[in-house]
Amino acid sequence: MSGLPWHQHLILLPVVLPLLVGALLIPVNESRHRIKYAVNLGSTLALLACALALFCLTDGGHWPGGIGVYLAANWSAPFGIALMADRLAALMLLLTAVLALAVLIFSMERWSRIGVHFHSLFQFLLMGLNGAFLTNDLFNLFVFFEVMLAASYGLVLHGYNVTRIRAGMQYITVNLVASFLFLIGVALIYATTGTLNMSDLGARVAGLDDAALTLLKIGAGVLALAFLTKGAMWPLGFWLPTTYAAASPPVAAMLVLMTKVGAYAVLRIWLLAFSGEAGGGAGFGFAALTWGGLVTLAFGTVGMLASQEPGRMAGYGAIISSGTLLAVIGYGQLSLVTAGLFYLLGSTLAMAAFMLLIELIERIRTPGAAMLALTMEAFAIDEKPEEPVGVGIPAALAFLGLAFAGCALVITGLPPLSGFIAKFGLFHALLNPENGAVGATAWALMALVILSGLSGIIALMRFGVRTFWASGAVLPPRLQISEVAPVSLLLLICVGLTVQAGPVMSYLGRVSDDLHQPARYAERVLGEPTVPAAAGGDR
Amino acid sequence: MEAAVAIAIGILFGSGIWLILRPRTFQVITGLLLMSYAVNLFIFVMGRLWIDKAPLTLAPGTPDPADYADPLSQALVLTAIVIGFATTALYLVMMIGARGLSGTDHVDGEESDE
Repeated sequence: MSGLPWHQHLILLPVVLPLLVGALLIPVNESRHRIKYAVNLGSTLALLACALALFCLTDGGHWPGGIGVYLAANWSAPFGIALMADRLAALMLLLTAVLALAVLIFSMERWSRIGVHFHSLFQFLLMGLNGAFLTNDLFNLFVFFEVMLAASYGLVLHGYNVTRIRAGMQYITVNLVASFLFLIGVALIYATTGTLNMSDLGARVAGLDDAALTLLKIGAGVLALAFLTKGAMWPLGFWLPTTYAAASPPVAAMLVLMTKVGAYAVLRIWLLAFSGEAGGGAGFGFAALTWGGLVTLAFGTVGMLASQEPGRMAGYGAIISSGTLLAVIGYGQLSLVTAGLFYLLGSTLAMAAFMLLIELIERIRTPGAAMLALTMEAFAIDEKPEEPVGVGIPAALAFLGLAFAGCALVITGLPPLSGFIAKFGLFHALLNPENGAVGATAWALMALVILSGLSGIIALMRFGVRTFWASGAVLPPRLQISEVAPVSLLLLICVGLTVQAGPVMSYLGRVSDDLHQPARYAERVLGEPTVPAAAGGDR
Repeated sequence: MEAAVAIAIGILFGSGIWLILRPRTFQVITGLLLMSYAVNLFIFVMGRLWIDKAPLTLAPGTPDPADYADPLSQALVLTAIVIGFATTALYLVMMIGARGLSGTDHVDGEESDE
C-alpha cells in the first residue's frame, strides 16, 4: 500500500470488490435471501460511489490528461497488465453501476428468488463488465470478456425453463466460437507487434513493415469479428432477439449493456490502433464498420416491424442501436462520436427500462385473462366484467402507459426526450463534416436512422394500442414500489439527459477528444512510474 | 516444421467448424473442443517455433532474450486452456439440461421434420 495515493486504488476497486462479494455470497445458503440481497445491494451502491469518484477524478484534472493508470503487481507497462481509467471508461462504469442498481432493485421481490446464486452471478457479471472497461491489455480484455460471458450464461438460464435452455444453448455456442476468434486475433496481434498493451499497440502500429501490417490487419479483423458478435452486427447478431426474449427481464436489461461492450471495445481499439497517426494502418476497417453498421440498421428496422412479441421488439431495438453506433464509429469523425456517445447513453437506459417494463405490462395480459376473453367470445357471453364508473385511470395503469410512452419516445428518437437530442446531434454532425462535403454514406446513414425510427414508432404503437386500448377490460396490475422505482429512475435519467443536454454534450466532447489522441494514451500508460520499494520493506 | 504445424491446426479447426454446424449437441461440443485445441496450438505457435531453447530463467547477469523461448505465449495458452476448459464444461451441463428438459439432443430443442 505504500507510496500509492489512495485514489489510485479506486481504479482497481470496481474489479476486486464484485469479485470478493460474489465469491463470499456463494457459500451463504439461499434461505438467507435477505442477507444475500443486502450484501449485493451494498456492493452495487459502493460500485456506484466508486464510479462517481472515478468520474470526478478523470474529469477534474487529478491525473494528467484525465488518464489514471494502475500498474498491476507494480510491473511497468507494457510488461505487466495496466488498468487505465480515462473519461470514457469512467462514463461506462457509471452507466454500468446505475443500470445494475436499477436492475437489482427491480429483482428484489421476485426475480432474484426464482433460482440459486443470482447474486453471485450478478456480481461476477459486474466484475467482467467493469474489468472490460478498465483494462488496457488485450489478453486481459479477453479474460474479463470470459468472466462477463460466463456469468451471463448462468444468468440467461436463471429461472430454468425450456425456452431459456433452448435460447441459452445457441447463445453459449455462438459466444464460445466468438471467444476462439478473439484468441486468434489476440495471438496474431501479439505475433506481429510483440505487445498486448493497447496503448503500446497504438504506438507500434506506425513502425510496422508491410508484411507485418498485413498480418496485423488480419488479426484485427478476426478480433473485430469477436467484438461485433457481442455487438450484434449483421450477420453476426442473429442470436440476439431470441436470447433477449427468452431471458428473465432483469437479465435482459443487463444484456442490453453487454451489446454496448462490443461497440466500446471496437471504439477503444480502433481509435488507438488505426487512427490517423497509424502510418500504413491508418483508416483500416472504418469503411467496413460503417457499411456493417448500415446493414445492421436496415436488418433491425425490418425485424422491428416483423416482430409481435415485445421481447423480440426490444431485441431488434438493441440491434438498431448497435447498428447506429457502429456506423458512427466507422464514420470516423470526432463530432459524430460525441453525438454517438450521447445516443449510447440514452438508448441503453431506455432499452433497459423497456426490458423491465415489458414484464410489468405482461401482467395486464396474464394467460388466465386472455383465456377468459377468448372463451367469452366463443360462447358469446355478454356479461362483461363491471366497468369502473366514475373512477379515473388507475394509478398503476397510468404509470405503465406513461413509462411505455417515455421508453418509446427515447427509443424512436421523438422529441422531447433524449433520443431526439441524440439524433439531432448525429444529423448535425453528419451535415457539418470537418472536410466540407456531405458524402453518400452520410445520406444513407441519415435515411436509415430516420427509417428505423419510423419502424420503431409503428411497431411500438401497434403494441401499445393492442395492449392498452384494444385489449378490452384491463384490470390494473399489482405493481410493487420496488418494481416501479427502477423503471422511473432510468426514465428520469433520460429526462435529466435532455434537460442537462448542454453540459452532458460538452463532457462527451471531451471524451471523444481524448479518444482521438492515441499518442497521449501511450505517453501516459507507458510513462507511468512504478512504485519504488519502501526502504526496509518486506522484500 | 511450420508447414506441418499449420496444416495440423488447419485440419483441427476445419473439422471443428464442420462439427459445430451439425444438428446434434454432442457433435457441436466435439467441434468446440477441436476448435479450442486448434486455437491453443495457434497461440502457442505465435511465440514462434523453436527447438532446444531454454525457458526464461532468472540467470545472473542480463539474459539475451534471443536465447530463450517466448514465455508470454506459453502463459497465454495456459490461461486460454483453463478458460476454454471451464466454458466447455459449462456447455456440457447445458447439454445435459437441454436433453433432460426437451427430451432430444437436437440443437433446436426439437426434432426437425425431415
